Amino acid sequence: MDVEVLAMSTDSRFVHKVWQEEELSRMIPKGVPYPMLSDAGGRIGEVYGVYDAAAGVDLRGRFIIDPDGVIQAMEVLTPSVGRNPAELLRQVRAFQHVRRTSEATPSGWYPGQPALKPGPDLVGKVWQVWKPETVGGSSRPAAGERSATGGIGSPREEG
Amino acid sequence: MQSARDNCVQPARGPLVATPTGGPSSTAPTTKEVRAMLAQVGKEAPDFEANGYQNGGFQPFKLSDYRGKWVVLCFYPGDFTFV
Repeated sequence: MDVEVLAMSTDSRFVHKVWQEEELSRMIPKGVPYPMLSDAGGRIGEVYGVYDAAAGVDLRGRFIIDPDGVIQAMEVLTPSVGRNPAELLRQVRAFQHVRRTSEATPSGWYPGQPALKPGPDLVGKVWQVWKPETVGGSSRPAAGERSATGGIGSPREEG
Repeated sequence: MQSARDNCVQPARGPLVATPTGGPSSTAPTTKEVRAMLAQVGKEAPDFEANGYQNGGFQPFKLSDYRGKWVVLCFYPGDFTFV
C-alpha cells in the first residue's frame, strides 16, 4: 500500500525500545516494524491539537498525510477506545483512489466498488449510480445490516 | 549529557514551525504557553523532528523526509497501557 506509519507518544525512545522488546514482540512476531517516536513534553502533540496537558499524554489522534504533505483526514479518540484499523485502511485506500483518479468515494466505499465522477452531469443523479444499501462494511453500519466483510465497527483494541 | 560515544542521538527539535510574531518562541524554554494547534485537515501537516526507536536503534525522524509517500501518523497515550 506504500504507506509509512509513524507512531508517537510522550514516552521516551528508551521506553519504546523496552515496550517493543517486552510486550509488542510477544503480540506480533518481531514487534512493530514502524518507527516509534518520542514526543517529549507533548510539544508536537500540541501543534497537532492532541496533547492533553492535564494528563501529560497525547490523545489517540491519527492523521492521514498525503505525498504532498497535506493532512487528508484525522480522527481523535480519548484513551479508553482503540482505533479500528479496518477503517483506517479503507480511508487510506479511498484517498489513494481519489488522488489517482480524481473520482470521489461515496459513503461506505470499499476498493472495487464504483466511485463517483463529480461534475455537472451528476447533479441530482447520484441516486442512479449509488445506493445507500451498499453501505454496510464501514465503521458505521446501516441499521440491521451485516457487511460482507463481517466488520461492523466493533472497536479493535490495539496498543 | 549527550556524548558521541554512547550512540545517543542529540535532543530532537520538536515541532518545526514558524512562530507567529508576538507568540511564544520555540526556543524560549521559560514560557509555559501552549502552542497553537496548527494541524488542519486540508492543510499541510506541521513538520517536526522527533527522536525514535526502530529496528533496534535510535535515530531522529523528520516528517518532511517522508514527502512523496503516504504517512499515517498515530499518536497514542502511552506504552505499557491497555488499549
